[in-house]
Amino acid sequence: MSLLTVDELTITFGGRGRKESRAVDGVSFEVDQGQVVGLVGESGCGKSVTSLALMGLLPHKGVTIGGRADFDGANLFTMSPSARRDLRGSEMAMIFQDPLSSLNPVVPLGVQVTEILERHRAMKGEAARKEAAHLLDRVGIPDPTRRLKEYPHQLSGGMRQRALIAMAVACAPRMLIADEPTTALDVTIQAQILELLKELVDQEGTALLMITHDLGVVAGLCDQVNVLYAGKVVESAGRRELFGHPTHPYAHGLLGSIPRLDAPRGEPLNPIRGSINDRIAWADGCAFAPRCDRYEMGCLTGTPQLSEPRAAGHQVRCVNPVLDDAKAEEVPA
Amino acid sequence: MSLLELDGVKVHFPIKRGVLFDRTVGHVYAVDGVSLKVEAGQTYGLVGESGCGKTTLGRSVLRLVDITEGSVVLDGTDLAKLPGEELRRFRRRLQMVFQDPLGSLNPRQNIESILSEGMVAHGIGKNQEERREKIKSILDKVGLPSNALSRYPHEFSGGQRQRIGIARALVLEPDVIICDEPVSALDVSVQAQVINLLDELQEELGLTYVVIAHDLAVVRHISDTIGVMYLGSLVEEAPSDALYAEPKHPYTKALMSAVPVPDPEVEDKRERILLTGDLPSPANPPSGCRFHTRCPWAQAQRCSTERPELRDVGGGHRVACHFAEEIAAGTVKRTAGEVVSATREGVEDAPVSEELAAAKVPEQAGPPEQESTKAEAVGTAAKVEKADKAVEAAEQAEKLVKAEKPDEPAEQDVEPAEQDVEPADKAT
Repeated sequence: MSLLTVDELTITFGGRGRKESRAVDGVSFEVDQGQVVGLVGESGCGKSVTSLALMGLLPHKGVTIGGRADFDGANLFTMSPSARRDLRGSEMAMIFQDPLSSLNPVVPLGVQVTEILERHRAMKGEAARKEAAHLLDRVGIPDPTRRLKEYPHQLSGGMRQRALIAMAVACAPRMLIADEPTTALDVTIQAQILELLKELVDQEGTALLMITHDLGVVAGLCDQVNVLYAGKVVESAGRRELFGHPTHPYAHGLLGSIPRLDAPRGEPLNPIRGSINDRIAWADGCAFAPRCDRYEMGCLTGTPQLSEPRAAGHQVRCVNPVLDDAKAEEVPA
Repeated sequence: MSLLELDGVKVHFPIKRGVLFDRTVGHVYAVDGVSLKVEAGQTYGLVGESGCGKTTLGRSVLRLVDITEGSVVLDGTDLAKLPGEELRRFRRRLQMVFQDPLGSLNPRQNIESILSEGMVAHGIGKNQEERREKIKSILDKVGLPSNALSRYPHEFSGGQRQRIGIARALVLEPDVIICDEPVSALDVSVQAQVINLLDELQEELGLTYVVIAHDLAVVRHISDTIGVMYLGSLVEEAPSDALYAEPKHPYTKALMSAVPVPDPEVEDKRERILLTGDLPSPANPPSGCRFHTRCPWAQAQRCSTERPELRDVGGGHRVACHFAEEIAAGTVKRTAGEVVSATREGVEDAPVSEELAAAKVPEQAGPPEQESTKAEAVGTAAKVEKADKAVEAAEQAEKLVKAEKPDEPAEQDVEPAEQDVEPADKAT
């Protein structure tokens, strides 16, 4: 059994007389120990809301969460708040996108790191400070004892993100959720942070749920990749399988529309037309249909279902997918 | 002669202290001596990380910030010395597209008003009727409906707003458009639309672009020449393909290696150069070569004392490094930094299914652009229609996969638990 099993997760905002808006619409995936699972999609696809729901960070009012999320056999959504608090930070931890706004600007870094150690590991005083310095050192922050006395604004962007990672791994969690951990950073700093995450997974066997819009980040890091569109998983596969044979027109189009550093120059990109606003409700058919080149009448008759898994757990939610035989024909031509 | 020439441009911002008397206690050396030439009809790409001065340089070309020293010559006129009114009139020929499409459009002006404002200021079109016609034709060029005229910025999506920003620059018929991070605020699927639009407009109208971006892949895609900036100065400049094929400056090497490529096949073979530390403060730049504090190849003495000038190393490739040739030849040893694999070591690589593997292997055999060799290689595998031949091809493919990755389980029907490849020892 997997460490984290998310089954038919739905998240709806609004209700009680106000217009309902479904941000996540039946998302299922599993994350196992030492595994990296990616949730990839553009803004508004529901990837961040999923992570907040798993951590229990969504507001209680105005949000309805459906489905199950089992962490180590216990359903996160029916758990008591105190049990959830014990779990959060010690067993499950999260790394946020914007390190500056995730750290308290008026509290020194040391207090923020030791707080977690005091809450979950019952450490106090000098012992906690020593451990905090050790944690900062482990994530590659030079001169950790001095840094502990400093405030977040005194650190650089990369160092703040490292500090956040240090806080997330303070209790050696079994599950890490990283929500766009490198989006706010420059590429050379991004490389450093990704290397740090890789080490964590490989050496500690931490399960990592990687949430990102950057397909490049996913290619070298994730075991299993889920592509989200408008709140549903449209394609799910192992990384080689997904990048080698993207079958959903959205995933296919996305890969064709990214300028690549190693691609020959001069060829125009193949953009996906329209924008994420051009979509229809999943209940009426495929939400991607208005932007899809392979659109046909069948796309508008009810919600398309995820196909049976093929090789490497490859699943796709499309009635007219980009098939491999079509691809094979292209190659010799 | 080049259309746009920058010579020794410096932009220094004073750091002031004190309440009653503003004392200048230092300077932020945002741009510190940049010389470059942009040819007519071409695209010059400026890349660098945040804080390297690329945006300030772009703004200084339009004199949106004052130039401390140096000259910006457009078509024979030195903009740095033009007085107010003349400069204002000259700006018609130099336009800018900004990063944040919503922030750079007035939310209370409709599109017609936004687009005609510049035309009125520069006396283009006799009356509003004439201007409207012109605006309509430009809107059509950038792919917006003509009914957009009476609408407001908030009614458009991000990509459409950026099109409005481009239209605003185009209505003045400029010679040079400076695009500051034109696509970084857009979703990936929309980025490509705007990049293609910029390409098409350049072809149709013969525009000259200076594109400023942090995304190397985007810059490489649209630029003819690329300049790489680090801490206020150019460290390398080369034709786009040459820069990618053979980056000569250590910083460019590290930058290129850090950009992830959305293709596991490529990532598996790539190595990343990890730089240590962060960008130094531009208010207190390091002595000598600005990059020597983080440079993996930094040498004792010379790098920390003597500031390298941009020098031509052949083929229009300019680089500001004392040891560029030695590093390329491998005679200089790496002194710092770490080279790591781009892929996570323990990544679980479920082998692709057999028929997929058959189609997959030729792709591994060569880079994607070698379409012909790929087709030849795959010819035997993909064209076969008989089942037995397909099986043969699949077996062959499997052998190749095995040969390339000896430690990878090749049978695809093994239990998932056995697929977990043990993380190999850390190679540091």
